[in-house]
Amino acid sequence: MSNAVMEPGTLVQEPEAHNPVEPFLRMERIPHIWCPGCGIGTTVNCFARALMNAGLNTDKVAVVSGIGCSGRVAGYVNLDSFHTTHGRAIPFATGLKLANPELTVVVYSGDGDLASIGGNHLIHAARRNLDIKVICVNNLVYAMTGGQTAATTPVSSTTATSPYGTFEPTLNLPQLLEAAGATYIARWTTYHVKQLEKAMTEALKHKGFSFVEVLSPCPTLFQRRNHLGDGLATMKFYKEHSQTKHGASTADTGLTKEGDIVVGKFVVKEREEYIEGMTRHFTEHLGRPFEFKVRTC
Amino acid sequence: MHADPGAVLTGVHFLNGDQACCEGALAAGARFAAGYPITPSTEIVERFASRAPEVGGVFIQMEDELAASITLQGAVWAGARAFTVTSGPGFSLMMEHLGYAVMTETPCVFVNVMRGGPSTGLPTLPAQGDVMQARWGSHGDYEIIAVCPNSPQECFDLTVRAFNLSERYRVPVMVLMDECVGHMTEKVVIPPAEQIEVQPRRLTAKKPGDYLPYEPEEDLVPALAHAGEGYRYHITGVTHDEAGRLGVNAAAQDKLVRRLCEKVRRASEDLASYELEGPDDADVAVVSYGITSRVAERAVRLAREQGLRVAKLRLLTIWPFADSAIRDLAARVKTIVVPELNLGQLVREVERAAAGQARVIPVSHAGGTVHRPEDILSAILEGVQ
Repeated sequence: MSNAVMEPGTLVQEPEAHNPVEPFLRMERIPHIWCPGCGIGTTVNCFARALMNAGLNTDKVAVVSGIGCSGRVAGYVNLDSFHTTHGRAIPFATGLKLANPELTVVVYSGDGDLASIGGNHLIHAARRNLDIKVICVNNLVYAMTGGQTAATTPVSSTTATSPYGTFEPTLNLPQLLEAAGATYIARWTTYHVKQLEKAMTEALKHKGFSFVEVLSPCPTLFQRRNHLGDGLATMKFYKEHSQTKHGASTADTGLTKEGDIVVGKFVVKEREEYIEGMTRHFTEHLGRPFEFKVRTC
Repeated sequence: MHADPGAVLTGVHFLNGDQACCEGALAAGARFAAGYPITPSTEIVERFASRAPEVGGVFIQMEDELAASITLQGAVWAGARAFTVTSGPGFSLMMEHLGYAVMTETPCVFVNVMRGGPSTGLPTLPAQGDVMQARWGSHGDYEIIAVCPNSPQECFDLTVRAFNLSERYRVPVMVLMDECVGHMTEKVVIPPAEQIEVQPRRLTAKKPGDYLPYEPEEDLVPALAHAGEGYRYHITGVTHDEAGRLGVNAAAQDKLVRRLCEKVRRASEDLASYELEGPDDADVAVVSYGITSRVAERAVRLAREQGLRVAKLRLLTIWPFADSAIRDLAARVKTIVVPELNLGQLVREVERAAAGQARVIPVSHAGGTVHRPEDILSAILEGVQ
């Protein structure tokens, strides 16, 4: 800019700035619905960067969501996207992947959707080691419906349906997933954006059932009711209370309301992927190569 | 378009209805089935599991019917023709995803081999208690298509038709069998592949960028694009506009739900399929469907042996209901007799369509076996008086 004196109020034309993740988003649908301080948008930013890092042809990437705040992710990503029913994103993704194994299929949803109502499907997809990538945004409550208790809500938390505090034991997702047979399991928080981006990149490249849990604040419904401050305070909490332990025993990754959070890459295993296993099995049975001809339309 | 000869077992076979249904699905191009075992439907997917590897198809046994009924829809959006099969309790679990298929206009087939209910009911015995559930079982307003075979041959023929109608109108189509038809073994003639018409999927000719996933064509049915082809569309069960953007408001709801209903309603007369036989001056007509139509056949024969003038109308399509056929019938007979293996479901539709022009006598049966022909005959005799 020149040193010429400008009239007060003159509009300075700056070149339009673009965020590098914009091509991965449906910008016409922004602003999004998520609350100030919510971490879901942060996870989407990491996901877009992971897509860039993984170097995938994004025409061949599909995102499947269930219902809930995180279930809205499908609507904002500039990919083939499916907003399915509550808890059933994984079985929908199973059909999508089996009919066209060329697709990279990502399930992006919340803890209530994936681990409570959809818990059975989570277990069985991990057991099969089908090559789908599950990103579970864990905000510790059912947020979309007003902050009710979830299977993931830490003990002694106040929620809309537990006004006197929760007393049910809390589901430890990495442990559940490891027991069920997932071959990639990591957990980070929305404070750990670089680590999260890296974990998502690894999950996209991993052959087999991959599970990335992301702890994310719900300042409106969880933090507020539990006097845990706003989104920023939660970031500070994540920073101060996270302990990175790669390869940690998933028996030790349980979450409590105000205790430390074990983060890191817990499980990376090689195990025959479902479609590979099916192909090998039927090739042996048929005495000739089994060829997928599921797409007849 | 014709069936792929590689998967059509052309010839004369001795099959039960479940097996014939499976062959119909394969002939119609289905190479994907997701299921969960439940009597008396299981033989359909057992056969599919056996046949699928030979033809490059996939059967996956899911962890429950909730999963099965949406796994098949994922497969459809990736380019497959897909179906699931179930019975009573499983059908109840599938209702949410029947609605998802209606809302997302996913062409697919749900087979329900009806057994006695409510609840676990009669796992191995027949009933026709799900005909209203087939029509109204999922929440909200919608129109649906359901076909109802009465023989193994028709299990083949109507399964092919079900797939074709699902592609034509982009709706889930139900094949409503019953335990007797599913387990009955008879001659089934499977024609050569070139004689089996297969409705192509309505794929868009538009390029990515110009394509809107819910923009209706002239007949109110939108064209479809598969995942992975660069369209980058959004498919949702939430009320949406033509671009797939959420529209949680009364105006968007009115526009979408009226179109979803209207695309089936305006085709109702073509979809309604039935057989009508008997004298023009009949005093009584028997309206029936599924296995009950075969018992009714016997009752009509007995009545005719007594010199009575009796017509019979058999519904091959249950939904949409054959309103005009019943209306015309009611205008020329004194009485319509409606036997069914439930305590009075489709008879209400008959009464509605007859609109008081004829007396309607239900012959109800709680299920577990079929009617005695004499019970239907008694109703016919009552009807002529």
